[in-house]
Amino acid sequence: MAFKFPSDEWVKEFARQINSSKAYEESGKDWEGDWIFTVEADEAYPKTVYFFIGLYHGKVTDSAMIESEDAREAQYFMRGSFTTWRKTIEGKLDPIQGLMTRKFKLKGNLMKVLRYPRSAKELVNCVVRVPTEFPS
Amino acid sequence: MWNFISPRIVFGEGALDVLDDLVGNRALIVTDKVMVQLGLVNKVIAHLKKAGIQAEIFDEVEPDPSVQTARQGAQMAQDVQPDWIIGLGGGSPIDAAKAIWVLYERPDIEPAAIAPVGELGLRKKARLITIPTTSGTGAEVTWAIVLTDTVEKRKMGLGHPENIADIAIVDPEMAAGMPPGLTADTGLDALVHAVEGYTCSWHMDLTDGLCLQAARLVFKYLSRAVSDGQDMEARERMHNAATCAGLGFGNAMASMAHAMGHSLGGAFHVPHGRAVALFLPYTIEFFAPQAPERFAELAAFMGFPNTGDEKAARALAYQIRDLCRKVGNPISVAEAGIERKAYENQLDKLVDDALNDTQMVTALRTPSFEETRQLFLYAYEGRPIDF
Repeated sequence: MAFKFPSDEWVKEFARQINSSKAYEESGKDWEGDWIFTVEADEAYPKTVYFFIGLYHGKVTDSAMIESEDAREAQYFMRGSFTTWRKTIEGKLDPIQGLMTRKFKLKGNLMKVLRYPRSAKELVNCVVRVPTEFPS
Repeated sequence: MWNFISPRIVFGEGALDVLDDLVGNRALIVTDKVMVQLGLVNKVIAHLKKAGIQAEIFDEVEPDPSVQTARQGAQMAQDVQPDWIIGLGGGSPIDAAKAIWVLYERPDIEPAAIAPVGELGLRKKARLITIPTTSGTGAEVTWAIVLTDTVEKRKMGLGHPENIADIAIVDPEMAAGMPPGLTADTGLDALVHAVEGYTCSWHMDLTDGLCLQAARLVFKYLSRAVSDGQDMEARERMHNAATCAGLGFGNAMASMAHAMGHSLGGAFHVPHGRAVALFLPYTIEFFAPQAPERFAELAAFMGFPNTGDEKAARALAYQIRDLCRKVGNPISVAEAGIERKAYENQLDKLVDDALNDTQMVTALRTPSFEETRQLFLYAYEGRPIDF
């Protein structure tokens, strides 16, 4: 069963994948910090949407599609176009390379993010595991 | 979309002469005391004098430079106000020079936050020249900066593409004085760069050729350079190999051998090249069941037996261990002289630091915590990986 992207059901499945991942549980065991992911409108999708993922000590505390970046408190923000997010979810773009080529923009305590590259990589593995249906 | 980034590279015998025509006022030479003692700093200063450039020297860089050293150098740069910063030496002074340059132009940045995101806005005050005296780390042509956090005893992989050198001077005469042990350590570092650059998950067409050629040069010339330091053909080919490998892995990435080597080096101060070369065969054996093809291609290019599968990858690991033995380097952590109890006491930290090293993101097969423990233990004992 595929989950429509972007949707609240999709982000809940992403959260479920993270919570099922022993690799993330292990690598993120010291992580504290919530994220807002912004999917910016582009020619492939007309509306900007926002996702919230709360992460604490290797588990997701909460996940939701939200109305705006201000709708929830978070410490980390990652923005990219719909097309960039799609490529990431399809496994065609490594988001770390995406950050380095400015396809993604990151806001937050960079030193802390850099301290946990393994957990970041496992989050990417989890997002690729979500069976996703994109708008045609 | 990706980038291939390189400085202007002036190479070959006499390359240092390019300094005679440098345009500028003041240079800060970032180096270590050995370079001063060997007279290599004076060589550089003589050329700068011809260009009418005044030189100041920061020679406090230690092996595995610390954040504190980078801050001290940046303070001197603030005092001197150079328009050229020159990193002269092995990887340590060159990486320190890059960090000092960033902190000189951006004193608002925390060293640990020098990362390849956003913009640094460099080249408003100074530009960077790198002159390697080892063959080598490839640091002269990469944007990577490795600094040591002396509190956590951990190496940090930092850097931003903007902090790549403007000019890299690859003059084999600058490396001709290396003793055999240093020649071996740094030559093997170049090999690991070539192999990891070719086989990591970020490998690319633009770097593959550089990595293949670098690996071939190391296998052909390293033993000669180690056994006869006066062999200038071997010295020059190794110096070029290191730069090729640097361009290769600097634009692709390194991988797990570097993650493990950084971890060991942070805890036990094993020289970088010795550490990463020691781990490389074990990481090849670990990756081989899942992704043997790239290793098999590399083996074939160098004329080693190639069955195109896991056996070929393991044969490559064997050849690398054989080269390490030929040049007198250890192939296990025990042979590197680390006492077992001390190693086991640090094992959890070694594993944690390796798994969280930025170089681990390109591993072809990401090990779990327990698998990484086993990798470190097998590497201690010299046991080929069988899981």
